[in-house]
Amino acid sequence: MAEFTMPSLGADMDEGTLQEWLVHAGDPVRKGDPVAVVETAKSTIEVECFEAGRIGQLLVTPGTTVPVGTPLARIEPLAEADTPTEPEAPAKPARPPRPPAAEGARSTARKPSRRKPTPLQAPTATGPPPDHDHAVEHRGHGDEGPLVRHLAEEAGIDLDTVHGTGRGGRVTRADVGRAAAAARSPARVTPYARRLARELGVDLRGLTGTGPDGTVRASDVRAAAPGPTTPPTPQSGGGVPARASAVRRKEGMREAIAGLMSRANREIPHYYLSTSIDMATALDWMHEHNHHRPVGERLLPAALLLKAAARAAREVPELNGHWLDGRFAAAEEVRLGVAVSLRGGGLVAPVLRNADALELPQLMSQLKDLVARARNGRLRGSEVADPTLTVTNLGDQGVEAVLGVIYPPQVALVGFGRVVERPWAVNGLLGVRPVVTASLSADHRATDGAVGARYLTSVDRLLQSPEEL
Amino acid sequence: MASDAAGAAKTTYREAMREALREALRADDRVFLMGEDVGRYGGCFGVSLGLLEEFGPERILDTPLSESAFVGAGIGAALNGMRPIVEIMTVNFSLLALDQILNNAATLLHMSGGQLPVPLVIRMTTGAGRQLAAQHSHSLEGWYAHIPGIRVLAPATIEDARHMLAPALADPDPVLIFEHGSLYNASGELGPPAGPVDLDHAAVRRPGTDVSLITYGGSLPKALTAADELAADGIDAEVVDLRTLRPLDGRAVAASVARTHRAVVIDEAWRSGSLAAEVSARIAEDSFYELDAPVERVCSAEVPIPYARLLEQAALPQTADIIAAAHRAVD
Repeated sequence: MAEFTMPSLGADMDEGTLQEWLVHAGDPVRKGDPVAVVETAKSTIEVECFEAGRIGQLLVTPGTTVPVGTPLARIEPLAEADTPTEPEAPAKPARPPRPPAAEGARSTARKPSRRKPTPLQAPTATGPPPDHDHAVEHRGHGDEGPLVRHLAEEAGIDLDTVHGTGRGGRVTRADVGRAAAAARSPARVTPYARRLARELGVDLRGLTGTGPDGTVRASDVRAAAPGPTTPPTPQSGGGVPARASAVRRKEGMREAIAGLMSRANREIPHYYLSTSIDMATALDWMHEHNHHRPVGERLLPAALLLKAAARAAREVPELNGHWLDGRFAAAEEVRLGVAVSLRGGGLVAPVLRNADALELPQLMSQLKDLVARARNGRLRGSEVADPTLTVTNLGDQGVEAVLGVIYPPQVALVGFGRVVERPWAVNGLLGVRPVVTASLSADHRATDGAVGARYLTSVDRLLQSPEEL
Repeated sequence: MASDAAGAAKTTYREAMREALREALRADDRVFLMGEDVGRYGGCFGVSLGLLEEFGPERILDTPLSESAFVGAGIGAALNGMRPIVEIMTVNFSLLALDQILNNAATLLHMSGGQLPVPLVIRMTTGAGRQLAAQHSHSLEGWYAHIPGIRVLAPATIEDARHMLAPALADPDPVLIFEHGSLYNASGELGPPAGPVDLDHAAVRRPGTDVSLITYGGSLPKALTAADELAADGIDAEVVDLRTLRPLDGRAVAASVARTHRAVVIDEAWRSGSLAAEVSARIAEDSFYELDAPVERVCSAEVPIPYARLLEQAALPQTADIIAAAHRAVD
C-alpha cells in the first residue's frame, strides 16, 4: 500500500495547507490524476497522484497545515487483474523447474510456460498457456522481468503508465529510466539559478535545463521570468537568501517591477500615440457570433483587441521584437504579452504564442486559461517567456486610456481603455458609437512616430473587418 | 639596459625588476641585496646585472650555496635595523631555507610579543617552462601562502615587477616575491603605474561578463591569450590577477564571480592542496549563490615537472586548457 504525501512544491516549501480533496475514499486513481488542492505560501496548486490505485483512507481534513512528507491519504492497489502486485519471475527458457524457495507455493506452482503473464492467482487457472501473440494482445505489463519491476518500484514508477518500447510493447530498463527521469523535477539547478528563480518568482518545476545533464542555469530561469528577459540588477555579493515567505515574495515582485520600470524610464526614450477606434462593427459582429454559442465559448472584446494588436504587429514588424546591444532585433513570431494584474498587487505578463495566427475562439480560450492560472499562480515557466510585444488592457478597470511603460527589452507597449459610448460623426451624421482608445508607447531609439502611427492605423483597420480577424 | 627615453619606455620584466632594485638601493642606505651569484655573475637570471659595479660589494653580496645560512643572515640583519633583499635562485632551493622562513621570519613578531618585526624581502624564481627539470621548475608559492606572518606577492606584469618592491620593503613584516621564470623576457611599455601599486588588492586585467579566469604570475599571459580567443567564440571572459597570494583578496574574487557567475581558476602548481584549491574553496564559501556552473580548475599534471620539452609543455596549464575549461563552464 502506498501513501500520498504532502509534496514539496519548491525548494523553499516546508509545509502546505490541504485546501480541498478532489477525490473520495474508494475512487480509483491513475498516475497523474489531480487528487488534492494544496495551498503554499506562493500559490494554490493542484497536486497529482504519483501512483495508480484506489484511494483508501483520507488522513488529513481540508484546512489542515502539515509539513512536507506528511501522509495525506492511503492509496491501495487496484484489483489484482488490473495491476498484478506480485510479479512472477519469468523462467529462463528450457530451464527445469527450480527447487522450492522460501515462497515455495508460488514457485512450485509455476508452469513451464516461457513468459506468460502470471499474476498471483494465475497459476491455479486452467486453460491453454497463452502463445506469444496472445500475450502481446493482452499486454498488461505483466511481462516485465523482475529487474525492470524492481527498478520501477525503486523509482516509484507505475509500470502501467510507462510506454514500453521492448518486444511486444514490454517495458524495458531504458523505459523505466526515462520515466524516472521525467518524473523528477529538474535534475539539477545551479545555486545562482535557484537564487534568481526565487528573486524573479519563477517556479523551477517544469523548467527545462539547457546545461549539462539538463542542469537548469540562470539563462533558463531568465527565459522563464515574467515580463523581463533581463533581471533587475541583482545586488552584488553572495548573501544567503532568506527563507522565502509570501510577504517576501510579494516584496520581491514589487522590487523586480520597480527595478525594471525604473530602468525602462531611465533608458527608453518613450513616445506616445493614441487614437480612438470605432468599435461598432467589431462589437456587432461579436454579438452576432456569440448569439449562437454557449456562454463558455463566447468572445469578449479583449479577444478582438488582442488579435488586432497581434495582427498589426505582424504588419509593422518594427515594433515586434527586442532592443538588444544597441540595436533592434525583430522577432520571428508574435509572442503577445498580456499584462494581468494580480490580486494583492503586482502583475505578470503571460504570453500568447503566435497570437496573430490564433483563431479567435482559440485565442479567447487561451486567454481565459492564462488569466485564470496567472491569478492562481499556476503559470508554467514557458508561458511567461520572452514576450515580443505587450498589451495592457485596463478597460475592465474603468479607465479610458493607458499610456504605459515599456517592458525592456521590448520596444513598444500597446494600451486599450474601456469601450465607451460616445457621440461619433460618420459621413456627416452624428451617432452614438462604442469607442475605444488605443494607445502606443514606443521606444524612440527603435522607431519613429510614423511607424507607431502606422501600427495604430493597422489596429483600427483590422477592427473594422472583424470577420477577417 | 634601462632606457633613458622619457615617458613610456619599452622595457622588460627583468629590467623593470632591476630598476626597482636600483631605486630601492638608491633610496635607502639600509637596503642591500644578497644571494647566490647576484654580484659578479649579475644574478642567475640576470636581474642584478650591473648593480655590483654601481653599489659596490658591501651592498651587493655574493653568498655561499647555503640557503639556510644566508636567509638566516638576512633575518638577523632585518632584526638589527637593515632592509635586506635576499635572492633565492629558485623556489625549489628555498626549501633549504624553509626553517628560517617559517620558524623564524614568520613567527618572531608573534613570539616576541610584537617586539621583533622582521622587515625582510625574499625574492625567488618560480615555475616551469624552460626545460630546467624537476628540481628547478616547481610552483611552491602556494605552500608559502599557507603561512601566517608573511606576505606573498606574485608580480605578473611589468608594472608590478617595477612597483611592488618599494611597498614590500616598506612592509614591517617578511615579504616573499615570486618571479615566474617565463616572465623575465616579457617586454612592453612601462608607463606610470596603471593599476594599484598597493599590496592588498587583486587586479582585473580584462573586464568581462561571462566567466572569470582567476590566476596569477606566469599563468596570467596564458589567461589573457585565452580570453582573446574566447572572445572570438563569443565568450566575454574577465581575467583576475590575484597579485597578492597572501593575504588573498577574496573580495575581488567574489566581486568578479558576482559579475560572471562562472569561475575558472588557473594555477601552475599541482591541483591537490593548491592555491587554486584555496580560491575554489573561497568561491564555494562566499559566492555559492552566485555560481551558475561548477568551478573549473586548470593546474599542472601531478608529476615532477618533466625535462623533455613536449612532456613539460603537456604537464603545464596551457591556453587551450583554459579555453576548454571556460567552455565547460559557459556552454
